[in-house]
Amino acid sequence: MDLMIESFPKLLSATKLTIELTLLSLFFGIFVGVFFAILRTSKNKIFYLISYYYSYIFRGTPLLVQIFIIYFGLGQVEWIRDSILWIVLKEPYSCAILAFTLNTGAYSSEIFRSAFETINKGVIEAAEGLGLNKINTFFKVKLPIAIKQSLPAYGNEMILMLKGTSLASTVTLLDLTGVAKHIISTTFRPVEVFIVAGSIYLLMTFIIHTLIKFLEKKYDFGSVK
Amino acid sequence: MGLLAYGDTGWGDELFFATLMTIAVAITALLVGFILATIFTSFKLSKSKILNLIGSFYTTIFRGVPELLVIYLFFFGGSGAVMYVAKIFGYNNYIEVNAFLTGAMAIGIISGAYSTEVFRGAIQSIHRGQFEASEVLGFKKKIYYYKVIIPQMLRLALPNISNVWQITLKDTSLISVTGLVEIMRQSYIAAGSTRDPLFFYSFAAVLYLLLTFLSMKLFNRLEKNYNKGY
Repeated sequence: MDLMIESFPKLLSATKLTIELTLLSLFFGIFVGVFFAILRTSKNKIFYLISYYYSYIFRGTPLLVQIFIIYFGLGQVEWIRDSILWIVLKEPYSCAILAFTLNTGAYSSEIFRSAFETINKGVIEAAEGLGLNKINTFFKVKLPIAIKQSLPAYGNEMILMLKGTSLASTVTLLDLTGVAKHIISTTFRPVEVFIVAGSIYLLMTFIIHTLIKFLEKKYDFGSVK
Repeated sequence: MGLLAYGDTGWGDELFFATLMTIAVAITALLVGFILATIFTSFKLSKSKILNLIGSFYTTIFRGVPELLVIYLFFFGGSGAVMYVAKIFGYNNYIEVNAFLTGAMAIGIISGAYSTEVFRGAIQSIHRGQFEASEVLGFKKKIYYYKVIIPQMLRLALPNISNVWQITLKDTSLISVTGLVEIMRQSYIAAGSTRDPLFFYSFAAVLYLLLTFLSMKLFNRLEKNYNKGY
């Protein structure tokens, strides 16, 4: 019990990094995801294949491999170290965000793609029939429907990303899991630390869950089918 | 390519056996998960409120806490727990728990939480008439579950079991932090001694892609087989 009270502030301050990593990766990941979802629906065969293999590779390999390739692997290449990319790749912090962004981007691109593909044609035709131009059709009709469609799956992806940030501890970052491991390995009291760190993670999962439920209600325009 | 030579000069044989190790841990974890999922699915579907709560606790915790944290719990807590039990039986020496077992148990418990949800969903989507008909025909619960419900459930659950398998397979990479020599750990060792991390980690990625690709083919085949009558 003492250890739980003692380690709580340390773990709580490490939570800041975990939240930061999660939010930044999700933020950048949305753009990557939308970009590749658009490429995926393109009629150009090359664009389609690039997007297809991007999502296939990042969803078919463990996140740990992706971080290690980016952090340990790319730094070994001479011309990368001389280029401007090195500013990003020399820090474990930016490497972790890059890996998480590319990973969540791959999963989100699949979610967004299927959301856009399942929009009923009649709705788009109705929008055109009402004289809306392309931009208005996209922002006022397609996008809200696509957001509604992808919310449950994207909520899951947010939770997976939150859990994924724990891998930042493998590249020396002291996030919630990193600090928890440090405390465990110095005190050899894994259960207490697990309960505290686990509860913090569960609380964050719960917040994401509630947020998604709230958004689902907000975007529930009757049953538009 | 000399780096991948088979034998003492290259890392080919080491990586080959590491791949077998990854497959072995993943299969063990999946099976451990299935056993746990069978128990906790019955908890979740039971009429007892307490059992329902225990079931929900299990799936919420192990799907909401990072895999790495669970692995650390088992890695650091495993031998402590075993020694505690051994002490009750009068054995006082230090016991080191096998890395394979620790890893398979940790990943298995996580995998089981996902499987529980899959099993529960599949059983709930079986038509009620099937249960009623079995009861009317006078089957005991145990028998009609084995002969009627579970065979139908497996067909419905198979696509999701395939997903759980992919998650479990990828999660095994995290066991490398405990020192078990699977693909990731072997790549780490090779990368360290040759100073060529880019090559070895990329090769590890290729190995994982190969495993996910082959298992997808296998599951597609199984699904076709199970769907013959439909």
